[in-house]
Amino acid sequence: MSLTSTTADGTQIVTVNAERIDAAMAIQFKEDMRSTTENGPDRVILDLSEVKFIDSSGLGAIVAAMKQLGQGRKLDLAGLTPMVDKVFRLTRMDTVFDLYPSLPDAQAVNRVES
Amino acid sequence: MVDSFSCSFTATELAARTGVQDVVNRLREMGVPEARADEVQIALTEAVNNVVEHAYAGMDVGDVRIRCNLDPEQLWISIGDAGVPFKDGQLPAGTRQDLNVSLEELPEGGFGWLLIRELATDVQYERNDAGNNLSLRFEIQMRNAKPA
Repeated sequence: MSLTSTTADGTQIVTVNAERIDAAMAIQFKEDMRSTTENGPDRVILDLSEVKFIDSSGLGAIVAAMKQLGQGRKLDLAGLTPMVDKVFRLTRMDTVFDLYPSLPDAQAVNRVES
Repeated sequence: MVDSFSCSFTATELAARTGVQDVVNRLREMGVPEARADEVQIALTEAVNNVVEHAYAGMDVGDVRIRCNLDPEQLWISIGDAGVPFKDGQLPAGTRQDLNVSLEELPEGGFGWLLIRELATDVQYERNDAGNNLSLRFEIQMRNAKPA
C-alpha cells in the first residue's frame, strides 16, 4: 500500500496512492497508517482523492487508523470521490469524521480539537 | 425481455475483486446507469467478501458463482457458494450500530450487511444441497440499452 506523508504547519497530510482500499489491502493499510502516523502532529489529514472505491473492510481500517492515533489526536478526511462518499454516508460514518471536499479545504481549517 | 449472464471465480480476495469488477462492467455495458452500477458494485462486493471470509472458512476454497438477470426495471443477482450455511440459517440483520460512543468503542466492522440492505431493494437467502444461494434485487431505471 503506497502512502505519502508530508508535514506542514503542524498538520500531517497522508495521501493514499491507490485506487482502492478493500478487503485485500485493509490490514496493510491499517499497519502502514500506524507506522506513518506514529509520533506525528495532533492533526492528520487523510487525502482520499485518488481512492475510487472502498468497501466495509476499508472503512473499518480507516476507523482503526483513527483509533490508533489515540486521544488528543484527530484524523480528518479530504477529497472523497463519489463511491467513497456514498459508503461513508450510508454507514453514517460521515458523522464520526470531519469530511472536506478537497485537501486545500481541509488545510484551510487549521483547527485541533481535543 | 430478460438479459442474463453468469460467471464464477475462486473465493479469494483478489479473484473476488476482479470478478465483481467484471460483472459490474458487463452490467454497465448492458445499460445499467452509472450511479446504480456503483451501488450494485458496493453491495455485490460485500456479498462476495462474505463468501470469501465466512462461507469457506476452515475448508478448501471453492468458487463463487454469480448469475445476473436484468430486465428493464430490475436486476436480480444471485451469489452461490458451496460453503457452510449462515449462522442459524439466517441472514445478519445489518442494523445500524450506535456511533455516538467514545473513540475506543467505535465499530470497525459490521458495515457489510448494512450496506447490502441499504442498497438492495430485496434480499433473499436459500440453503440447499449445493450450498448457499443469496439473491439481491435492485430496482433499475435502464438507460437506452444496447441491442443484444
